[in-house]
Amino acid sequence: MAQRAIREFDAKRILAKNWKDYFGGEFEYDFKSILITPETDLDKIPEEHPWVKETPLVAKPDMLFGKRGKLGLVLYKINTPGDVTWEDVKKWIKEKMGEEIEIKGVKGKLTHFIVEPFIPHEQKEEYYVAMTLSEQGDKIFMSAFGGIEVEENWDKVKEVTIPILASEEEAFKLIEENIPEEIEDKKNYTEFVKRLYKYFKDLHFAYLEINPLVLKDNKVFPLDMVARLDDTAQFVAGRKWGDVTFPAGFGRELTPEEKYIKELDEKSGASLKLTVLNPEGRVWLLIAGGGASVVYSDTVADLGFVKELANYGEYSGNPSRTETREYVKTLFDLMTRQKHKSGKPKILIIGGAIANFTDVAKTFDGIIDAMKEYADKLKEVGVKIYVRRGGPNYEIGLARIKKAAEELGLPIEVYGPETHMTAIVKKALVDDEKAESSS
Amino acid sequence: MAKPEYLLFDRNTKAIFWNLNPNAIQRMLDYDYLVGRSPSIVAIVAPTQNRKFEKFFYGTGEILIPIYRSSQEAAEAHPEADVLVNFASFRTAYKVTMEALDIPTIRTVAITAEGIPERFALEMREKAKSLGKWIIGPATVGGIAAGAFRIGNAGGTLQNIVKAKLHRPGSVGLVTRSGGLFNELANVIARNANGIVEGIAIGGDRFPGSDFLDHLLRFQENPQIKFMIMLGEVGGELEYKVADAIASGKITKPVIAWCIGTIAKHFGGEVQFGHAGAKAGAERETADAKNQALREAGALVPKSFNDLPELIRGVYEELKAKGEITEIEEPEVPPIPEDYNKLRAQGKVRRPSHFVCTISDDRGEEATYCGIPISEVVEKGYSIADVIGLLWFRRKFPKWASDFIDMVIKIVADHGPAVSGAHNARVTARAGKDLMSALATAILTIGPRFGGAIDGAAKYFKMAKDKGMDPYEFVDYMKNVEKKNIPGIGHRIKSVKNPDKRVELLKNYAKKHFPSTEYLDYALEVEKVTTAKKENLILNVDGTIGVLLVDMFKALGYSDKEIEELIEAGAFNAFFVLGRSIGFIGHILDEKRLGMPLYRHPWDDILYIVERPEGE
Repeated sequence: MAQRAIREFDAKRILAKNWKDYFGGEFEYDFKSILITPETDLDKIPEEHPWVKETPLVAKPDMLFGKRGKLGLVLYKINTPGDVTWEDVKKWIKEKMGEEIEIKGVKGKLTHFIVEPFIPHEQKEEYYVAMTLSEQGDKIFMSAFGGIEVEENWDKVKEVTIPILASEEEAFKLIEENIPEEIEDKKNYTEFVKRLYKYFKDLHFAYLEINPLVLKDNKVFPLDMVARLDDTAQFVAGRKWGDVTFPAGFGRELTPEEKYIKELDEKSGASLKLTVLNPEGRVWLLIAGGGASVVYSDTVADLGFVKELANYGEYSGNPSRTETREYVKTLFDLMTRQKHKSGKPKILIIGGAIANFTDVAKTFDGIIDAMKEYADKLKEVGVKIYVRRGGPNYEIGLARIKKAAEELGLPIEVYGPETHMTAIVKKALVDDEKAESSS
Repeated sequence: MAKPEYLLFDRNTKAIFWNLNPNAIQRMLDYDYLVGRSPSIVAIVAPTQNRKFEKFFYGTGEILIPIYRSSQEAAEAHPEADVLVNFASFRTAYKVTMEALDIPTIRTVAITAEGIPERFALEMREKAKSLGKWIIGPATVGGIAAGAFRIGNAGGTLQNIVKAKLHRPGSVGLVTRSGGLFNELANVIARNANGIVEGIAIGGDRFPGSDFLDHLLRFQENPQIKFMIMLGEVGGELEYKVADAIASGKITKPVIAWCIGTIAKHFGGEVQFGHAGAKAGAERETADAKNQALREAGALVPKSFNDLPELIRGVYEELKAKGEITEIEEPEVPPIPEDYNKLRAQGKVRRPSHFVCTISDDRGEEATYCGIPISEVVEKGYSIADVIGLLWFRRKFPKWASDFIDMVIKIVADHGPAVSGAHNARVTARAGKDLMSALATAILTIGPRFGGAIDGAAKYFKMAKDKGMDPYEFVDYMKNVEKKNIPGIGHRIKSVKNPDKRVELLKNYAKKHFPSTEYLDYALEVEKVTTAKKENLILNVDGTIGVLLVDMFKALGYSDKEIEELIEAGAFNAFFVLGRSIGFIGHILDEKRLGMPLYRHPWDDILYIVERPEGE
């Protein structure tokens, strides 16, 4: 997957967890953030975090979307800024929890909130810093105009690119040379950015933004943080991250089936991916290979069936028979929950390119296992199966799947590498449909 | 002969293969054999291997490839290798690559691992670029220089390689992201044109070590390549670099280009289609935008993936008509020996086996004892005796027999430290030897004089009873014909008046639970005769076990012949060996616990009679 967004809470938790190693001695950070989820018992919070009763608070959703202020989703005042008590927060969260909102056209429910102390500060103390990993190297963005002002003052943001292979001295020198003029506390800001850069690199962040960053001498208040981690670096930096979650984008919470496949994928050396696009769709894809799966999806859309495309997914990297069976069962389970509203049989495309080393016979055995288990249900909703595949042992695989489907009474057509990869899509969706309707 | 800059691989390319991955290595060597070149892999690096060489096939013959602990060592021994095929895992691949780039003789590193952190990918790429070296990958199957060199698994099976004409150069340069589609396109190109000269899959990650343009520029230089095909993907901006190069005239050969992932526009960029790098962050990164830009730059862009074959055929026919592409004389392909395992799976070969096994099977999902999965053995509460029944005699003993065997094992488990087997175990353990050696010493002591009486008793009592000898006759026979004491008769201290409690238990149990005890009864008749001579000539515990085992097997339906064969095979003695090993191990562990020093027998316990030979 690579780059994945994390919650503001996790961004701050990880910062606090590693504070001593990266900022200790020079800077102080009083980490006080609470993540509220639907499972949180709000009445227990004051016991665990007594400070909520002693200090004014701020609360906001923590669900990977920004512009919360503009959306009216930041609770920082009742009458005047900084007068929000724990009771206010409780009431507000209870109101908001489960509320449906729309962000960039995607609807979703509010489920996660972050609660923190309200930090009184002046506008001029609000700085901006962001770092991102790019093709050219690490880009650092620095500005004296943080907070909501940063966008309208984007011309005042200093951008510096640190070459990938730059030494620490070279990187620090580049940072020093590019500190914006307007920064008031240059000494502390420069030192903080240097240390943050080292932290950014070591922990394999792909993106890290603190806005606003409030500095009061050596006291650091990262009022808002946005971060993406490179999740493939788990084996390098996982201990420093601690127990981090990678939530799906807002409104894109994984279905239980998607979650199951994701877990299967994480445990396996092979690759297993599933995204449900339209559970009521007619066209189901069971495709081997990251590239081929995209081509099959493209072709379904090209032929005008994008609305009927039920899923996107792929299996590759020579999965075991059991892994394949579990993957296919999950797909069949989704596919056989209801008949298609048109009454027509569903279309199952078992496709793939010519494999390099995935054993086609073995993976097809996994598909056949699942087919046997779901044969009755598949017949009940009605299904037509189209197969096209090549690669190691493909003749055996193709022969076996044909025989199995026929024995189970499932209509199937089977093609090998001599048929163009995506020809079965046209055959299934256009040619055979025509033949059907004219007969 | 130095190869031109634009070639990464030719027929003389030698490679170091990192990671002992026998399948991939064999596939590369099979390819070498197929195209008639010498083996391309000259060394394998495997840091944890103790072996110095590994055997591989080259055709039907076998060759040895040396194994080294580090890439440096391998490169020093094989300076002719300028490619490192890096099959290390995602955890190790970065380190392996960075080290390989520092080796002066290595020019190209191909990385297959998927899931290398992006920062590491960038570092590898920058380092390679700064040194003027090449990286292919990560997260790729690699590529093929047709007729010259194959990276790892690229091209798939040999059958496919020949079908897709990857075994000899054609006229096309191919570059893709995906490995599966690389293979697919090679096939399409073979069917609609005359095959590829070189094909590279750059890998699905966001930051590939070398990208489309890097390779297309090489292809532009390569006079063998007449036109090029690029298969791009939604996400990233690499394809724009190609569009720019075409527009600016850096690339002049015809380029057929297509970016997959046009579907993504229907899902607002929310769905991750395909590879890690395949997600459009901006309109510019969509497949449609890139296809459009390529089209405008002058690339030949089809309407869809479906139309690619036709477009390829068109360009090929046109260049052929112009005389730029001429007919290729197809080389002869040597028959590639089929792999035995594959043919066997297909039911095409057979071979007599060297061993037969009828007691257990470790081939399935779970090992079985005589057909019963071990988990079932545990779940159904089988006893140790039941397991012995399955593995020694291939049957599930009835409870009375299992309980009897259990009793036998318990009774023979130990007999104190003084008996010769236990003594040897202790002496050996005290000499500082390991458990296995000490146990072996003890077990090797078991024989006709120590512990062998079970076998002997079973054999002679059975023989006598079966022949219908009356007890007196049998006692005389043993004395006069066999000239030996009756095995299983006699005890050092126990006697008729002072019976052996263990023997009593066994007898009582058998009387109560055995369907028949005819051999025991016979032995007891013999005991009457022998004890009449001398009080302590009783049927001892070995004798009792011996005859009762005969009774047991009889009742289990074994024929006389089968029982005799069991005795002959040592099966009866085996109960003693197994049981007593428990005791032996106890004695050995006891010595280890006590830490006693080396044992030396006292002089005064040895009678020394040593004299010079006469006349010396």
